[in-house]
Amino acid sequence: MTDLARTRTLRTPGGLSVRYRPRTVLAVTACLFTAAAVAVATLGSGDYPLTPGEVLSALTGGGDPAADFVVNELRLPRVVTALLTGAALALSGAVLQALVRNPLGSPDILGLTQGATTGALLVVATGGSSLALAGGAVAGGTAAGALIRALARRGGTGGHRLVLVGIGVAAVLGGVNGYLLTRIQLMEAARALLWLTGSLDGRGWDDALPLLAVLAVLLPVVLLACGPGLRMLELGDDTALALGVPIERIRPALLACAVLLASVAAAAAGPVSFVALTAPQLARRLTRAPGPNLLASTAMGAALLAAADLAAQHAFGQRQLPVGVVTGVLGGGYLVWLLAAERRAGRL
Amino acid sequence: MPLVAATPRLTARDLTLSYDRRTVAEGLDVEIPDHSFTVVIGPNACGKSTLLRALARVLRPTRGTVLLDGADLARLPARRVARTLGLLPQSSVAPDGITVADLVARGRHPHQGLLRQWSHEDERITEESMAATGVAELADRPVDELSGGQRQRVWIAMALAQQTPLLLLDEPTTYLDISHQIEVLDLCDRLHRTQGRTLVAVLHDLNQAARYATHLIVMRDGRVVAAGDPGEILTAELVEEVYRLPCRIIPDPETGTPLVVPAAPKRN
Repeated sequence: MTDLARTRTLRTPGGLSVRYRPRTVLAVTACLFTAAAVAVATLGSGDYPLTPGEVLSALTGGGDPAADFVVNELRLPRVVTALLTGAALALSGAVLQALVRNPLGSPDILGLTQGATTGALLVVATGGSSLALAGGAVAGGTAAGALIRALARRGGTGGHRLVLVGIGVAAVLGGVNGYLLTRIQLMEAARALLWLTGSLDGRGWDDALPLLAVLAVLLPVVLLACGPGLRMLELGDDTALALGVPIERIRPALLACAVLLASVAAAAAGPVSFVALTAPQLARRLTRAPGPNLLASTAMGAALLAAADLAAQHAFGQRQLPVGVVTGVLGGGYLVWLLAAERRAGRL
Repeated sequence: MPLVAATPRLTARDLTLSYDRRTVAEGLDVEIPDHSFTVVIGPNACGKSTLLRALARVLRPTRGTVLLDGADLARLPARRVARTLGLLPQSSVAPDGITVADLVARGRHPHQGLLRQWSHEDERITEESMAATGVAELADRPVDELSGGQRQRVWIAMALAQQTPLLLLDEPTTYLDISHQIEVLDLCDRLHRTQGRTLVAVLHDLNQAARYATHLIVMRDGRVVAAGDPGEILTAELVEEVYRLPCRIIPDPETGTPLVVPAAPKRN
């Protein structure tokens, strides 16, 4: 046990060295494996059921044309969107929680998701296309992020201040969103409501590819360029500065990455709640490592949202639920538990 | 006269320091003699911790400059400064569940890179730092299980692992009981003597300051009132002027350094 938690080092003769923790590697692998297994199960379930073997051969280009169509054309875009949305939300949450040094730092509590919703609703109200809706969500989330940053700026951007300002912004935007809903015509209201609960229904490659592009750029930026500094930020601003971390550059960069990830995720799947909040905490419980656990959180988020979408599609008989309902119920329960646990530990 | 050689590595010229718009100190000129154990003292809110934070590049001065080896500290890259100058701040956060060895290892951050995450040197220096502070046998223990004194030694070990010739300590003895205070100060004294490092510490206890400091900086209301050898500058007049405290100064029976004995109020 302790042995797995001990950090190991790989060294090359040239003096290069990389550190890793076997327990963290195991946790990431387990999450990725679960995500893959859930994805295969999802691809195989529905009105045209397939065995995992049939799914795999369809994915690798074999199999009969019918299976190929069902798997690769009908079901794969939705599953990929689920995996990527979960990963993006979880990474955003892990970064925010480390930045504010508080498990409540997550896009749905800091108002970023609400901002994305405002943007999306404005587009719906004016009858825009789905592409415009996604753009509206990204713009709204980014604007909310900029607003929070500007409001929290005075007296430093650390910790509780950002959380409190974020909760305030979330409340105001929640009100704005309610107002927008009352002003929307009946036809648009149905579309708006479906988006609002966070749904992966009918997601195509148009939704998955922008997410993939953003993740492909931001994951390395966050992990490699900012990750080591973020680990030092955990020790407090003064200590991080004394250790040579350029906080004044790295903090806004990380905040921007988190905002962008959350906004793009919302654009693809609607405001799916609580994944960003829970995934980093669950990942930390698996790895038992201090630090932001960025990679483990990302993998955990992908597995969580894929599993939630599988449950949303098939756990309730014929009735399909939007995935946001499932994550909301599970995540809401988790939040109550978290608050109780923090209270018992005397941190709240 | 070789002027360059006479200038210490860390100096501050005409510093104005403020938080938001509240000015804490104005017109500060400070020199930290090389290889000294400099102690900064002064009443609460006199700006001594603020001065230390400015010397460590954590707080940017609103006016004036801190010079490190003749260069403006604010213009030097953070990582390069962190290899020359270390700071133990008043409050640091130990991440949940982190072990002593992992925390001390984080002091190596300014010497590491993406593909140079843990060199043999990193390992050796981390072990030496733990040994020097007497926390080697605690290496695998979680930091949150330690006593206050042990924890402070772990943080000092982390600052040591940074391997900086200059080390600034902001009230390293606060919240510690008297035996742990002496333990930490003896450790600082040893580091200063055996490793030749320049130490700057903010302390509250005048007698400890007088006993351990080789150079004393006395502040009041954001100004340096006196600076020099504690045996020469620490007089009853100075203490009364700075702290508004009538007192007598006698030689410390252990070390011969000045010992401040506050005057007793007259009883009827």
